[in-house]
Amino acid sequence: MMSSWPWGLAAWVAPQWVASLVEWLYKYLPAWVTNNLTATDATTFLVWPLIQIAVMLVVVLTTVAYLTLAERKVSAWIQVRIGPNRTGPLGLLQPVADGIKLLIKEDVIPFKADKAVFTLAPIISMVCAFIVLAVLPYGPHYASITDINIGLLLILSISSVGVLGIILGGWASNSKYPLLGALRSSAQMVSYEAAIGLTVVSALIFTRTFSMQGIVEAQRSLGVWFILFLFPSFIIFLVSVVAETNRAPFDLAEAESELVGGFHTEYSGFRFSIFFIAEYTNMVVVSAVGTTLYLGGWYVPGMDAIAAQFPEAYREVVLTLIGVIAFAIKCGIILYLFIWMRWTFPRYRYDQLMELGWKWLMPAALANIVLTATAFVIGKELGWVRSVSGTLEMDWQGKVFFTVTGFLSTFPILALLNAINRNSRSFNLRAQRTTIPVSTRKARLSPSVKPAST
Amino acid sequence: MNGVPLVSAHHTESLFDNEQMVLSMGPQHPSTHGVLRVILKLDGERVVDLDCDIGYLHRGAEKIFENRLYPMIAPYFDRLDYITAVSNGLLYVETVEKAMGIEVPPRAQYLRVILTELNRLSSHLLWLATHALDIGGFTVFLYAFREREEILKIFENFFGARLTCHAFRIGGMTYDAYPGFEEQVRAFCDMFPKRLEEYETLLNENRIWLGRTVGIGIISAEDAINLGLTGPPLRGSGVDYDVRKTDPYECYADLEFDIPIGENGDTFDRYLVRMEEMRQSRRIIMQALDKLPDGPVMGKVPKVIRVPPGEVYHSVEGPKGELGLYLVSDGGTKPYRLRVRPASFVNLGALRKMAIGSLVSDVVALIGSLDIVLGEIDR
Repeated sequence: MMSSWPWGLAAWVAPQWVASLVEWLYKYLPAWVTNNLTATDATTFLVWPLIQIAVMLVVVLTTVAYLTLAERKVSAWIQVRIGPNRTGPLGLLQPVADGIKLLIKEDVIPFKADKAVFTLAPIISMVCAFIVLAVLPYGPHYASITDINIGLLLILSISSVGVLGIILGGWASNSKYPLLGALRSSAQMVSYEAAIGLTVVSALIFTRTFSMQGIVEAQRSLGVWFILFLFPSFIIFLVSVVAETNRAPFDLAEAESELVGGFHTEYSGFRFSIFFIAEYTNMVVVSAVGTTLYLGGWYVPGMDAIAAQFPEAYREVVLTLIGVIAFAIKCGIILYLFIWMRWTFPRYRYDQLMELGWKWLMPAALANIVLTATAFVIGKELGWVRSVSGTLEMDWQGKVFFTVTGFLSTFPILALLNAINRNSRSFNLRAQRTTIPVSTRKARLSPSVKPAST
Repeated sequence: MNGVPLVSAHHTESLFDNEQMVLSMGPQHPSTHGVLRVILKLDGERVVDLDCDIGYLHRGAEKIFENRLYPMIAPYFDRLDYITAVSNGLLYVETVEKAMGIEVPPRAQYLRVILTELNRLSSHLLWLATHALDIGGFTVFLYAFREREEILKIFENFFGARLTCHAFRIGGMTYDAYPGFEEQVRAFCDMFPKRLEEYETLLNENRIWLGRTVGIGIISAEDAINLGLTGPPLRGSGVDYDVRKTDPYECYADLEFDIPIGENGDTFDRYLVRMEEMRQSRRIIMQALDKLPDGPVMGKVPKVIRVPPGEVYHSVEGPKGELGLYLVSDGGTKPYRLRVRPASFVNLGALRKMAIGSLVSDVVALIGSLDIVLGEIDR
């Protein structure tokens, strides 16, 4: 029944092969490490993570490089163009060419810039984007670098630090456009982080843990993706993270047509590209977080059944492979959404962006917490869901109930937003539109002017 | 508690000290449409004061006119507003014809109208493209350029040039339409309304677009008239003035078309007016093609063109507003003085009134909404 190719693939990444690599690397550890640590500890805490980090960096950096190409190709497709197609087949070498170009460009530091901070800013941006990669669950078992019990909190807090890079970069440039860009960006990130934090809370009601692997395992043990239970929360999350990553339609910090280049106006060469890499890495990170929280992470229904058909030795490998591929596909879908939004919508204005954050997303996220918690308590009272030693057990009635309430809770939230909208002058376009008094509107130039036939 | 503020006014002032920043926007800036320099005085992001600095593209065109023979002047007009070269050319030849009393054959008149309206379409498409780009809609930019390309292909076939199109001569046209001209224009007109709908699906109902344009840069009808606005910015404020209707030239009197009028005088109304104008231009082109008479395209013109002494003012409705030309002649072969009334220059004067109190992002949207070309402003 099974074709032969998965066997070959599984054999290629068999644990034995990996184990021999670990063994080989262990031999090259310095003597003071091997003398002071047991062989198991040295392998678990040094050799193995180093392999994972190396693999992860290569994979993520390649993803980021090709994400830029994907962005250009998708935008070309949306705009009836062809996109890059000269460097390599289908333009596949374009990211390499871009990287080389940026590397060999002159590195300009403006004369009046604060040199130390100017240099530090892109580094802060990139480091913050990369730290988070450590806790993302790319797949089961050895496909994530580490799984700490506050993974989600770590991601939220580190991404708050990441904004520092943009603020410092804009400030240190000692130029007016970057300053405006940095100011916009700081206000924007602070407001939207609040919305993200709140919308994540409603997901935590079902996950019962901050650990990223734990969140996936929670969905695996229930056999559902949390998007079913938390549809409004997913939408709020999606909008907020687009703003959080400074992407269009919220790309005010670098609004090209207003602030020329925003916070990175004065940056050139590789310093600029570090900002660029950080931005795209952040995109990958937030899509991975979204995938983990709402789309089941690496979990796809039936993956255990497929793995069960393989011999015991390969089961773990097959599970990991399916998980990693599923995770990549789900992330890809969210990333595509980002690109799609960017090339469809015009840009928000600064004050409108603030209003969207505080008057729409915050109340919606708060209302969603209340509704989800209420539904959860009702489900618990009806006995459809039980909390057993930190994890949830749920009957099929519970799953149906939470799915229905998840989608239905969209309507009370919309009603609330509508009420806020009606009473908020600045977000109500109809109220905002002051019409010119009729008396002056119909003014004619002179009596001799013939009225136009309308 | 009545009337007692929680924080004293003095305290607030020291807490948020109103330090103003002067920002020089341009002449090298992505969205000042050329080499306009806008000096903004900002309080945070809010515009406190604003001044336009022009002249970066000054070529002394009006002085050059005084030293050229009448037929030699025409190509210089293509370079004034390089987006609407055909309208500018029409303005010049019509002014000289008016001064000399030359009759233009009907076929030439209809061809002129078709080409001018095509030019209006291409100018409005470029406006739509850049206006959308200023507000962040990059896709509309490329969509509009796709249609503009079709018009430029027609121009290339007719004039041999894409930008500085020039085939109008004093007394008519240099040459007749090329074979297949009518079919090509008709094909464009058939395709065009669908494409317009495409843009409107992207913009008209888009909440972000509405938020960025509705109620922004309101200018009342009285202000618009006092500032001398013409073209879509004037009509967007609800004033019914279009030179094609009030003072018809060429064969506009025989053609049926409507003048769209706005109600609120904001950026969105100016947008709507221009979108409707595109539909009306297409209507004019279709009618002119149907009525296109046969016959010569060149009227009776003396070998050496001498304008009788005197003064003449003539204006046409350019895509950006009323284009006027004031010709003073001493009876020689060169004009004594040629003074252009550029629509963009006068319209730009409204920017300060519109922009004060708005945000930096709005200034960009307003410059786009006024649809200026620096070549025409600086001359």
